[in-house]
Amino acid sequence: MSENNVLIQMKDLTRTFEDDGTTIVKDFSLDVNRGEFVTFLGPSGCGKTTILRMLGGFDKPTTGSIILDGKDITKLPPNERPINTVFQKYALFPHLNVYDNIAFGLKLKGLSKEEMKKKVSDALEVVDLEGFEKRNISTLSGGQQQRIAIARAIVNEPQVLLLDEPLSALDYKMRKEMQLELKSMHKQLGITFIFVTHDQEEALTMSDKIVVMSNGHIQQVGTPEEIYNEPANVFVADFIGESNIFNGTMADFRKARFADAIFDCVDDFEKGTKIDAVIRPEDVEVVEPGKGQINGSVTSADFKGTFYITFVQCGQYEMEVHCLKQFKEGQEVGLYVQPDNIHIIPYDNTINHFEGVLGGITGGLLHVEFADIKWDIDPLAVYPDAVVSDDHISDKSGNVIETEGVKVMAYIPPEEFAMSDDVNEGDASGQIVSFYYIGDHYSYTIRSKAEFDYIADDEYLWNQDDIVSVKADPSKAVFKIIK
Amino acid sequence: MRSVINRKTLALPYVIFMILFVIFPLIVILYYGFTNGSGHLSFANFAAFFGSRRTVGTLLYSVVIAVITTLVCLLIAYPTAYILAKGAFCRKHGFLMVFVMPMWINFTLRITALKEILSLVEGNLAMHPFFNTIFCMVYDFLPFMIMPLFNSLTKLDKSYIEASADLGATFPQTLRKVILPLSVPGIVSGVTMVFLPAMTNYVVLDMVYNSTYIMGSLIGSYFSSYDWNNGAVISAILLMLIGLFTLMTGRLAAEKGGGRR
Repeated sequence: MSENNVLIQMKDLTRTFEDDGTTIVKDFSLDVNRGEFVTFLGPSGCGKTTILRMLGGFDKPTTGSIILDGKDITKLPPNERPINTVFQKYALFPHLNVYDNIAFGLKLKGLSKEEMKKKVSDALEVVDLEGFEKRNISTLSGGQQQRIAIARAIVNEPQVLLLDEPLSALDYKMRKEMQLELKSMHKQLGITFIFVTHDQEEALTMSDKIVVMSNGHIQQVGTPEEIYNEPANVFVADFIGESNIFNGTMADFRKARFADAIFDCVDDFEKGTKIDAVIRPEDVEVVEPGKGQINGSVTSADFKGTFYITFVQCGQYEMEVHCLKQFKEGQEVGLYVQPDNIHIIPYDNTINHFEGVLGGITGGLLHVEFADIKWDIDPLAVYPDAVVSDDHISDKSGNVIETEGVKVMAYIPPEEFAMSDDVNEGDASGQIVSFYYIGDHYSYTIRSKAEFDYIADDEYLWNQDDIVSVKADPSKAVFKIIK
Repeated sequence: MRSVINRKTLALPYVIFMILFVIFPLIVILYYGFTNGSGHLSFANFAAFFGSRRTVGTLLYSVVIAVITTLVCLLIAYPTAYILAKGAFCRKHGFLMVFVMPMWINFTLRITALKEILSLVEGNLAMHPFFNTIFCMVYDFLPFMIMPLFNSLTKLDKSYIEASADLGATFPQTLRKVILPLSVPGIVSGVTMVFLPAMTNYVVLDMVYNSTYIMGSLIGSYFSSYDWNNGAVISAILLMLIGLFTLMTGRLAAEKGGGRR
């Protein structure tokens, strides 16, 4: 795509709240093309609304800039931006009728009465509410208010329309209808739409481009198909649609080992690479026992209108299957997954790695500090060939090795972090900000006060926002000196 | 099962109270106001009030003082309430408390203290009697204006202000087209709560101005000389004026705030 097709450039947007120092958006960069329908998708608190508010001008980034059509609008107040917003609760002025609500922006521009009338009735036609001019806001249903809010925004012919979870207050059927209508409105108007939602189905239905976010970061940008079929990491896989996720390793060329079996796959990774395998429940076929890659017994089957959600226990692993046939509880089955339906994600994405600094040697132990953790470790973990004495270490030829201030990278596998609800017990403590189920255990992301993220595996279910501590055996960590 | 105590019996004490202390005194006022000394129906008191320069002048003077007090209160209270309600204070209720705290001190004590301060600054209180009166009245009634405005502005959803800015309005435009119209119910109750007592207040004038040119003192002066009929008719006239005022402002509030909730 050509350069001048880009309408909005967000560069390294960061938003930190002064009062408690929390960072809600971190180094967010994204280009939005002219006429695109872009959706920010993520769980609540992921920063998507903050970005929308920064685009609208209601919030200013702490650092970074927003360029619209080549012009820096970072510091421009909302009334000077060619951008209009459809607010989550519509924010229609209750003291004005439908006409005056829609004409609000036009009046400020000083349009003539005739022009105004024409534009308002055109806008009402777009949202399918012709003749509603004289109606009072309080007499409108939720869906009608929604449409008036859209009409009030588009009547100003903005370059960008921002929509902040506009469908969340509508009932299921109305929401489905508005999704399709919004999409056709987008086609008809040719305006760039930026849509915010936590509903993945909504995002998949409407968007040209989806931006999946979590914890203030972009997890993946892509078309709905790319996001669904090729999730960049486990978070995206888990958030978009239902997924079976398993830890594993590459057993051979295009062969992955997970869930105690070997599966053919189409992704190339070096043999021995640690991986996460993602399998959509609808891609699993139920076959005769022994005819698939793994066998298991059905633990439950719930009817969902067009299919059965069937859970199959395969040894210690559990697989969710969506199938048309009903299976009885306890029935032995085989499961088969086509190689191209197994999506392999390198596991490196989810290992803990922290930058740290070494200290001195006391009592034959080396002091190291990284993230919130302070440990005294065996010097051999960092300097395998060193000769250790009580207060210093030296190399083979007897030269003292200066350890103070040496920078290291600490790697800790998630399974080595033990979680506890006694916050004083562990090496570090924090709040559970996200978690998902991986075949036979949960993977938790724990964020400390100092904003360090720890990834820990645990077989037990904790709750989002629980305060927990994590503790690891220092001997299980790997240290590498940064040159 | 039918209970012996139903809703009607529960309301009985209130009905008795209302009859004894609201309805009955009103009837007494109207009776005395529209009868002469011998108990015959008469509009002479009524005519006498509007015939006398002194009494009409007092009425107008009371209205002028009440109007100025109300306006000054509104001008001070609105920005204060707005900043308290919408500003980024983490302890806005604490700040509000500071404004309301003078109400904890005895009314006459407050005025006496203010008088001392004013005479210290001005030297002689008699130099600026009108200013002093307004100053004391505003000081006294400000909390009654701030409270309802604060409540109504706190309830005002921030998204309306954002929506207005989003549609291209500058802050003054948003204030005029969105914030003011949506806070009319608060303005109306604030104005009612200041204007009505300001109109009949005579303690302040008595203490600061040494004047009887105000409705409250006029009524008091009639009653203290046992002229029930003239005292009552002025009370009745005041009552009607206030009734009219309440009706008007009530309608305004219903019109402006009616679209909501």
